[in-house]
Amino acid sequence: MIYNYLGNYSLVFCLIFSLIIFFLCFKSINDPRKIIEKNIFSLLFLQLLTIIISFFSLIILFVLSDFSNETVYNHSHTTKPIFYKISGSWGNHEGSLLLWLFVLVLFIFIFSLTSKKHPKKYRIFTIIFHEIIVLGFIIFLLSVSNPFNMNYPIPYEGLGLNPILQDPALAIHPPILYLGYVGSSIIFSSALAALVQGYVNKNWASHIKKWIIISWIFLTLGIMIGSIWAYYELGWGGFWFWDAVENVSLMPWFCLTALLHTIIVLEKRNILKSWTLILSIATFILSLGGTFLVRSGILNSVHTFANDPSRGIFILIFLFIIIFLSVIIFFLFQIEESTSRKTFFLSKETSLIINNWFMMYFLSVVLIGTTYPIFLEVLTSDKVSVGPPFYNKLLIPFLIPFFVVMAFGPKLQWIKTKFSKIKYTNFFYFFISLAASVFIIRYSEAKYLFSTAIFVTSFILLIKTIEGFFEKKNNFSQKLSHFSFSIFILSILLNGAFSTEFSANMKQGDELNINNNSIKFINLKTLNKNNYKTVITTFEIKDKQGRILKFNPEVRIYNQPEILTSEADIKSNIFSDKFLVVNLLKDDGYFNVRYQVKPFMSWIWFSIILLTIGGILSFFRKI
Amino acid sequence: MYGKKVKLRILFLSLALLAAVLTIFLILKSLEENVVYFKSPTEIKNINELSDKKIRVGGLVKKGSILSSAEKINFVITDFKNEISVSYKGAVPNLFAEGKGVVAEGFLKDRNFLVAKKILAKHDENYMPPEVKKALENN
Repeated sequence: MIYNYLGNYSLVFCLIFSLIIFFLCFKSINDPRKIIEKNIFSLLFLQLLTIIISFFSLIILFVLSDFSNETVYNHSHTTKPIFYKISGSWGNHEGSLLLWLFVLVLFIFIFSLTSKKHPKKYRIFTIIFHEIIVLGFIIFLLSVSNPFNMNYPIPYEGLGLNPILQDPALAIHPPILYLGYVGSSIIFSSALAALVQGYVNKNWASHIKKWIIISWIFLTLGIMIGSIWAYYELGWGGFWFWDAVENVSLMPWFCLTALLHTIIVLEKRNILKSWTLILSIATFILSLGGTFLVRSGILNSVHTFANDPSRGIFILIFLFIIIFLSVIIFFLFQIEESTSRKTFFLSKETSLIINNWFMMYFLSVVLIGTTYPIFLEVLTSDKVSVGPPFYNKLLIPFLIPFFVVMAFGPKLQWIKTKFSKIKYTNFFYFFISLAASVFIIRYSEAKYLFSTAIFVTSFILLIKTIEGFFEKKNNFSQKLSHFSFSIFILSILLNGAFSTEFSANMKQGDELNINNNSIKFINLKTLNKNNYKTVITTFEIKDKQGRILKFNPEVRIYNQPEILTSEADIKSNIFSDKFLVVNLLKDDGYFNVRYQVKPFMSWIWFSIILLTIGGILSFFRKI
Repeated sequence: MYGKKVKLRILFLSLALLAAVLTIFLILKSLEENVVYFKSPTEIKNINELSDKKIRVGGLVKKGSILSSAEKINFVITDFKNEISVSYKGAVPNLFAEGKGVVAEGFLKDRNFLVAKKILAKHDENYMPPEVKKALENN
């Protein structure tokens, strides 16, 4: 009870502090002193404090299962394990927005502390722009999605959390993803501030680069954790479905990755200023737009949970204000592009720009694919969905030139590279890659010509990135990231080419033979757990060599809310994942069984982790 | 007439523009080929000609209609006005059950029969696909 008031009033105080910060910042702009006034810092700190109080109030409400709180009532239950009670507080709409706000305020506080070397006005403007976003979110929370709404009379029991969300990966997925999203808000406000102050230069670039890297690391990890969860929990056996909600997190990622490369050009050569700014703004708008699409229920996705259109309209208006604001500022303030020395077309700059073109192309494909159904439904009321074939067809062919550029781009020098520097060893690499690819394609059912091209280029990329480690140029983080990216791509390709799948309906005692493997449904037993009943089945799979593997996939029947989930049994080793999932159709003894062999699955996850380690190293690198 | 720099810039701009137009054309074209239309059983009854393109049918799984055998699953999708039989071979998602919302993707054999290649169900027990909800409301 008391925590409801505490949380709610802290939010109100946060709003008031935000307004005072505005006022003080505007006053401070005309102040000739070189340092930011102490009281702005203390207010930023107080603001952070109010959000922390508010956020922890919500967590305490969840832990205590205080159903006088509407959010707790809707998303929790007394029998839920304590871990999921806590994670449940940010697993829902209201709580997740409170988390957004928390990270927003935390980041601007950190920003104000760590940007002391930079001009005062630039910092003040960053705080102003950032507080606009903060203010938008507080009003949003207080008006249409207050996490501290009260229930009266107080119910005895909550509605419970959707069991498929009761999962360790999904408990940490939202905070990590949000750190990535919200990190882009700092990039956004600082880009606008730099624009207003004419501070778009090398100094700004090396300063904001750290924030870009941080957001990129968290966004990458966040997407990966969501993907791992979908892989083992949804029982589809895939890791990416080109589902609208997934795409929404991928779009800012493309933008951020492009920005990560452009900022290096700005830092080293002081060119591409406008482009850097556009990317900085676009990344945040895509993050915000993504939140809008997910939360409004406009998107038709398998991941959509209950939603409310009035919220969608609010975010939409807010989104338009932000876009409008940034466009106006962008056109009002001119950027002086330094009249730099001419850039030869064969240079590091060009290769980085080409990287950006590809990223923008990938981004537009995903953007169009995701939003097209919405537009079509509004215009013609035809309901359509855009599935994997669309993305595969438009993205994969373009990966071939992309890999080539990625393999050779990092070897080029700034400004100008001579043709004569290109070594003949590359031909040797080409033939090795060709041989490896042909060997692979022979044993798979992939299309010959096309798949060979993509395998060859990705092998060349792999070899070139490995070669990079032996070169003297001292940028280990970049080498590591590119190397892990090539591993990532190869694992996906091999996974796609060699995955096998089999499904059938089986009764206890049934045995089936498929391609020299035999699958046998041994038995099943039922157990009662704290908040669910479970049917544990035992399967034996005998492979060609006669080795027997035992699988115990489960079907769980949760009591609150009553829902069925399948727990796949996955046997991983370094070469492949063997994935068995069962499902109950109805009470007629048949189990729907799906067995998949997915080669190099763990390599996909491993390579993404390696990729982010590259990012972390680059964060700590001295320039 | 124009300096070399201006000419280069014009060339570059027109190339960029051409690339952009081509990209958008390419995307839209493959969109046309790859979108899957969503219909309710009633809408299928009323379409004039059957196309051989992939289609999605959504509604509720009719109570008592699931029939499984070792090979495949047969069931009926209903919007309480019209029905369509579905035959499916493969794995079904968790929330596939009688009386719940479902979306089946596959090819129409005739106006009463769909051979499904994929079954989708949403993973929220109270959740009904907006398309299904709308289809049900319209009837």
